Amino acid sequence: MKSAVIVFPGSNCDRDAHDAIERVTGHAPAMVWHQESELPDGTEFVMVPGGFSYGDYLRCGAMASRSAIIPALRAHAERGAPILGVCNGFQVLTETGLLPGALMRNAGLTFICEKAPLTIENGNTQFTSAYGGQREVVFPIAHHDGNYFADAATLDRLEGEGQVVFRYANNPNGSARDIAGITNARGTIMGMMPHPERAVDADHGGTDGLGVFESLLGSA
Amino acid sequence: MTANASALSQDIIDDHLPPEEYARTVEILGRAPNLVELGIFSVMWSEHCSYKSSRVHLKKFPVTGDKVIQGPGENAGVIDIGDGQACIFKMESHNHPSYIEPYQGAATGVGGILRDVFTMGARPVALMNALRFGAPNHPKTRSLVSGVVAGIGGYGNCVGVPTVGGETNFHPGYDGNILVNAMAVGLADADNIFYARGAEPGQPIVYVGSKTGRDGIHGATMASAEFDDDSAENRPTVQVGDPFTEKKLIEACLELMATDAIAAIQDMGAAGLTSSSVEMGDKGGVGITMNLDAVPQRETGMTAYEMMLSESQERMLMILKPGKESVAEAIFRKWELDVAVIGETTDTGRMLLTHKGETVCDIPIRPLADEAPLYERPWVRAPQRETILAGDVTPPQDYAEAILTLMVSPDLSSKAWIWKQYDRHVMADTAASSEDPSDAAVVRVHKTQKALAITTDCTPRYCGAGPVEGGKQAVAEAWRNLTAAGADPIAITDCLNFGNPERPDIMGQFAECVEGMAEACRALDFPVVSGNVSLYNETNGKAIPPTPAVGAVGLIPDISKRGTFGSLAEGDVLMLVGESHGWLGASLYLREIEGREEGAPPPVDLKVEKRNGDFVRTQIREGRLSIVHDLSDGGLAAAAAEVAMASGTGLNLAHEGELPLHGFLFGEDQARYLIAATEAQAEAVRAAADEAGVPLAVIGLAGGDALTVNGEWAVSIEDLKRVNSAFLPALMGG
Repeated sequence: MKSAVIVFPGSNCDRDAHDAIERVTGHAPAMVWHQESELPDGTEFVMVPGGFSYGDYLRCGAMASRSAIIPALRAHAERGAPILGVCNGFQVLTETGLLPGALMRNAGLTFICEKAPLTIENGNTQFTSAYGGQREVVFPIAHHDGNYFADAATLDRLEGEGQVVFRYANNPNGSARDIAGITNARGTIMGMMPHPERAVDADHGGTDGLGVFESLLGSA
Repeated sequence: MTANASALSQDIIDDHLPPEEYARTVEILGRAPNLVELGIFSVMWSEHCSYKSSRVHLKKFPVTGDKVIQGPGENAGVIDIGDGQACIFKMESHNHPSYIEPYQGAATGVGGILRDVFTMGARPVALMNALRFGAPNHPKTRSLVSGVVAGIGGYGNCVGVPTVGGETNFHPGYDGNILVNAMAVGLADADNIFYARGAEPGQPIVYVGSKTGRDGIHGATMASAEFDDDSAENRPTVQVGDPFTEKKLIEACLELMATDAIAAIQDMGAAGLTSSSVEMGDKGGVGITMNLDAVPQRETGMTAYEMMLSESQERMLMILKPGKESVAEAIFRKWELDVAVIGETTDTGRMLLTHKGETVCDIPIRPLADEAPLYERPWVRAPQRETILAGDVTPPQDYAEAILTLMVSPDLSSKAWIWKQYDRHVMADTAASSEDPSDAAVVRVHKTQKALAITTDCTPRYCGAGPVEGGKQAVAEAWRNLTAAGADPIAITDCLNFGNPERPDIMGQFAECVEGMAEACRALDFPVVSGNVSLYNETNGKAIPPTPAVGAVGLIPDISKRGTFGSLAEGDVLMLVGESHGWLGASLYLREIEGREEGAPPPVDLKVEKRNGDFVRTQIREGRLSIVHDLSDGGLAAAAAEVAMASGTGLNLAHEGELPLHGFLFGEDQARYLIAATEAQAEAVRAAADEAGVPLAVIGLAGGDALTVNGEWAVSIEDLKRVNSAFLPALMGG
């Protein structure tokens, strides 16, 4: 699978994303600088990594969503090719409008870093199919603005269409309906606050995150 | 000189330059210094930059060894971790600014220590911190904790370096002066290290990073004075951090360092442009000529004095090899950072500054740095305190209650409220951080099976009670914590926090702590490779407890063979390594249960420390141990409680013999470890101990869901967890 990771100034999980993708797919992803206007030819999967793009100034993900690379990301999305946004990447995807809703400041107002137990609400997406019957996973979270918000109608639609993919077992940040990760209506784009790429190694954070990348590889 | 400038000159002379030092400036220049020169002399000769009170004592530290690539004197220390890799690390204080403006003070402390490490070519891979706050019920404590923790997290999280561990204490001795000590650890190729030395005449001086503003002017001199009731007025001398710029600066510097462009490099920390240029000039033996008009400026109308004294953050000064300016420019422009050639090195040995066409400074460099004033301040030894053993202390009425009281005390309480605010996992190499049952943080060397073990340690209780033993213990405990994690301890950095050195008793604490630390470093082959001294930590004449914090790094050759204390299993045999005499002097038990801060600290026998530690490390690597945990604050009882909480398995301790039970449980004798092994493995462990001449006693069996002693009473794991997690949420409100 040919992958790419977009790098903004202030991205800091780009290396983690790179290594996780390489570990699972056997191929190192292209690291695409935000000022590029094209993804490398033949890119099948794009990951928008975590971090603090543009220092989280103005609003998390807001400035990154206006970067030069974003039109190429939109084109990739329109083709129905998979995109995964994690943490700040999720914030960037909501700011671009590729995913519905917004991420607000955590309900407790402090940054939270912990291992978050999650339930897989939809195991039939191209991001979760490899989990088989497994319903429970633990991914690390590390964010200040992970409190997912959308209006009631949007939330109902997300639930009704199976777009809620991950839910927190113990809601850490006040997210509406315990939502930790969602897809777009076509199921081709997933955004999530927890970090699957930090859970691909028994020596660091466990291996529960492997399934996300294995699912993508399986459906590619 | 304008009226304004001459008034300011007089202020500097009055506040920051003692008469004999002023006289020396006149002698050096052969004339009275102007305002810019006065500013430069006063910061370079400040305690913070010159170490003028401490240098004579710091010479006692061993600073060399097989694995030392660079000892003290550069931006950070460098050690060899094999396979062509080097680990670069340092710890630094940001005490004064953090008390005045906790968020920015702590944040810029993190930013500064990171720069010290990546300046030398390392990618930072871990942050640690050592924090001391005042009494929990002091009116300022809550806001200080909140601000400092948010500041450390705000900076480290954004810059993308995991904050993997540290320690936090509370004591009324820090009511007026908190301590915020931050440590950064990085990795580099051993053949690609960058130094402040190395400049030659005729090379361009290049400024990179943020623009220079009026923030932090004279921060270094503030950090070299006591506080009084008006110290909050110093707020404008605290800098403001921008971790986003720092992240870009890291990437840009590392990118430039991959090319062959840099002759010398120094971050702009305390005393900013002044100290960075003087250090590189001094170490390279070259003169410095700079045109201040070329300095990127954030504000209009800045004077030469303000530019030279500004402590604006996220700036670096580098001396490039001639012709490499365009390489640097391209990289820094890509990262949207300022870059400007502001001068060049010369063969005059002088610092010559021009601004708006005028010469504003002309000083020989040597007297500023290498030949700065040096004081042998008078000092007195601390009075000897009495030995307090268990026999001298009444046993507790209720042992279970005493254990719970210890576990809810601020020093032993869970610090989850703090570390949950730190990203501990970014970079995906953290094997053990604050949340994990490991005596040291463990960070894998990227894409290898090796790992760094990192710890910060100091027991101010002991240093106050007996500075020589306390100094030894700080080093020995760091060594023990690395050992218990399965690492070969390699070297330390330190952050020596004390009161006013002009008082002989305080200077005595300093001298004696350093004496003890140096002895321990020598005996344990654990050299000092970098460090920082923070003096004048006092308010209205009241000094902090002596707090020589130690940051230590070791290497775990194979990450699959490390020591942890969270996997105790039913039926495991519990064993105590080391001798127990029931030492209660200066113990946590005496303070928390009896309300007494008395007695001499436990003696540290360094030969025994080494022997016991080497034995434990071998057992870890042989794969014989199910758990290992060092004994420190609160003695065996605290260690056992921590093992029980982490494992979810109870410990049934058995005690017999002459040692009183409260000595067995709460004594703080040194060089001890609690270990456990399956019955089959325990036999091999005992045989190995016999062979190594290491005292080892079987002290019980694992099982059940409580900590019990002789089956007479029990403290349930549930109760331990409940009390242990209560303190910070209650203090901080959530």
